[in-house]
Amino acid sequence: MSAEHFFQYLVTGLYQGSIYALVGLGFTMIYAVTQIINFAQGEFVMLGGMLSFTLINSAKLPMPLAIILSVIATAIIGGIMYLLAIRTAKKASIVSLIIVTIGVSIFIRGIASEIWGIEPVHTPAFSSGAPILFWGAHIQRQELWIIGTTVVATILLHLFLRYTMIGKALKACSVNPEAAGLVGINAKSMALIAFFIAAILGSIGGVVLAPVLPISYETGVGLALRGFIAASIGGFQSPIITVVGGVLLGIVESIAIGVSWGPFSSAYKDVIALLVLLAILLIRSGKLASEERAS
Amino acid sequence: MRKYFKSSLFVLMAIALVSMCAIGCGSKEEKATPTPTATAILTPTPTATAATETYKIGAIVALTGTYANLGIPEGNTIDMFVDQINANGGINGHPLEVIVYDDGGVASTAATLANRLLEQDNVLAIIGPTTTGSSIGVADFAEVNEIPLISMCGAISIVTPVENRSWSFKTPPSEYQVLDMLFPYIVSQNISKIALIHSTSGWGMAGKAACTAEAAKFNLSIVDTQSYAPEDVTMQSQLTHIQGTDAQAVMCWDTEKGSALVAMDMKTLGIDLPFFCSHGIANKGYMDQAGDAADGTVIAAGKILIANEVEEDDPQKDVLTQYKADYEAIYGEGTANTFGGHALDALNILVPVLENLDENLDLTQSDDLALARADIRDGIEQTTNYAGTGGIYTMSPTDHLGIQTNTSYGFIVLIKVLDGQWTWLKE
Repeated sequence: MSAEHFFQYLVTGLYQGSIYALVGLGFTMIYAVTQIINFAQGEFVMLGGMLSFTLINSAKLPMPLAIILSVIATAIIGGIMYLLAIRTAKKASIVSLIIVTIGVSIFIRGIASEIWGIEPVHTPAFSSGAPILFWGAHIQRQELWIIGTTVVATILLHLFLRYTMIGKALKACSVNPEAAGLVGINAKSMALIAFFIAAILGSIGGVVLAPVLPISYETGVGLALRGFIAASIGGFQSPIITVVGGVLLGIVESIAIGVSWGPFSSAYKDVIALLVLLAILLIRSGKLASEERAS
Repeated sequence: MRKYFKSSLFVLMAIALVSMCAIGCGSKEEKATPTPTATAILTPTPTATAATETYKIGAIVALTGTYANLGIPEGNTIDMFVDQINANGGINGHPLEVIVYDDGGVASTAATLANRLLEQDNVLAIIGPTTTGSSIGVADFAEVNEIPLISMCGAISIVTPVENRSWSFKTPPSEYQVLDMLFPYIVSQNISKIALIHSTSGWGMAGKAACTAEAAKFNLSIVDTQSYAPEDVTMQSQLTHIQGTDAQAVMCWDTEKGSALVAMDMKTLGIDLPFFCSHGIANKGYMDQAGDAADGTVIAAGKILIANEVEEDDPQKDVLTQYKADYEAIYGEGTANTFGGHALDALNILVPVLENLDENLDLTQSDDLALARADIRDGIEQTTNYAGTGGIYTMSPTDHLGIQTNTSYGFIVLIKVLDGQWTWLKE
């Protein structure tokens, strides 16, 4: 593996890892506040991409407006999902609610295949032009947009959670729901906000991804798997570690192909990625167990 | 304790998600419960007389899922064909009904649907499934349950070894027949080293096996073999690996979705090598998705894509132009493709066999139904010189594909994408 090829693997890994990170952030937000693993997270990505396609290519809206509208629309869908499917289930157990999200995911996919058909669609790139050559790596401009968007979204989310009242309330709910309730934080409103944020993050991922990866109604499924791994690395609690985990996963997958030789071809990249996940889960559960013993 | 529970829950969920994906990414679970879509129209009320008894055929196609771009033209062709047959009075007065089920390209669903067609719908024969993965399971099922199957998938393993596949037939050319056309062309371009990139789907794996086996025959060496999962975001890493080798051309074995992404990523990385694909991309969707990156792609495929250029005295000319005209009149300009052609060939092979079916058989009786199915199997095997969209078919007890390779006009042509159009690459 030569130096410029190594850099190409790194950039590709960073690019796909950024997408995993955006999806993973959505998992983390919802889990931290509600303890629910939202299996419809990948569908938010798909909706973001599909809606931006409709608004840009069919409704001919200017791109920035179309992007904002598709993110808002997906956020509203996320909110509706919470109000109709999760809140109405009232005292259902967490496991039942997780199953509900699987149902919602199938429902959204079904509706999307009826509305947009099964053909993948793509939107125009944010900035046109040939790929940029940098240290021997070819980088498509849209990939830089994706990496940049992930960085900005992560920073904004971090600032939001740290410095705003709602953000602090969300954090309080994740640290100790009972105590948060005692100081007057409405857990239900916080859960709704968490769904909004998760849908916004997911749809942003879809919007920036649509120019490079043709999006179809089923795109969300594959992305959700990788995002889930990113979120598990972050323990479904820490947004920052989730992003690091997502990017790490992307880079591990990419480098695994780079170092592949002989019988260990690129077919093993998923094996390597899942081994990394298992190792992290084992280390984490060991850590959790020792904390448990200490307390 | 709660934390123990939580961490084990993560692991459980991870396993659940991974297995969901393994079963078939994007499979639409709600469609797993079969609903007959698009059954034949124009089915007169059955009367007591045997002469108007409906001939029921089953079809399993991927109308949803990753392979829907292949399955939908097949489903459309079946609908169109049934309408045409019934408008012309059916088969010897018997209306034809094709019960079409959607397996979403998922092998387990296809197996369930095959069982339903056999047990509940009492069909005479099954057409499909669309994909290689689904077809392998259904071919085994057909063998055990003695029901004729005409698959529309690419891989040759559906009809070989013929001792284990006596009830299975197929219409698309095999991956080996296509490579026998494509590899000599690659060699003629002074290329001796190629890199292979394929998807991990059933079709991709079949292609990998075929390319590896055939390459030696033509003195081609495969210097790098890379694969990707159908749901992968980018193939840049695999292509970077190929860039690091001395490959003179890239061969991609997948259907249109993955191949389009590979073509786009090659453009991004500035890989300016000749690009060859499997006949799994022989569909307008490839150009729609890949845009200018599609230009220059060379495939070897059936003649439908260039039907208008086929010579007048080619025995396939009539069926090709007729099918293209009929299909595009309903579904739009430029939509006819080889996949719909596979369905047409399957039906065209089946109908003459149904015409010769013994009128005295009572198809509501299971014994007679079994006899009818055996007769149909024998009939399909005797298909001789049927000029179809995929080639000239002559089946035999040792050849359940039947495409004649020694015809003067050939049956697979080299096609290059030029300015977003399929162009016949005549030598």
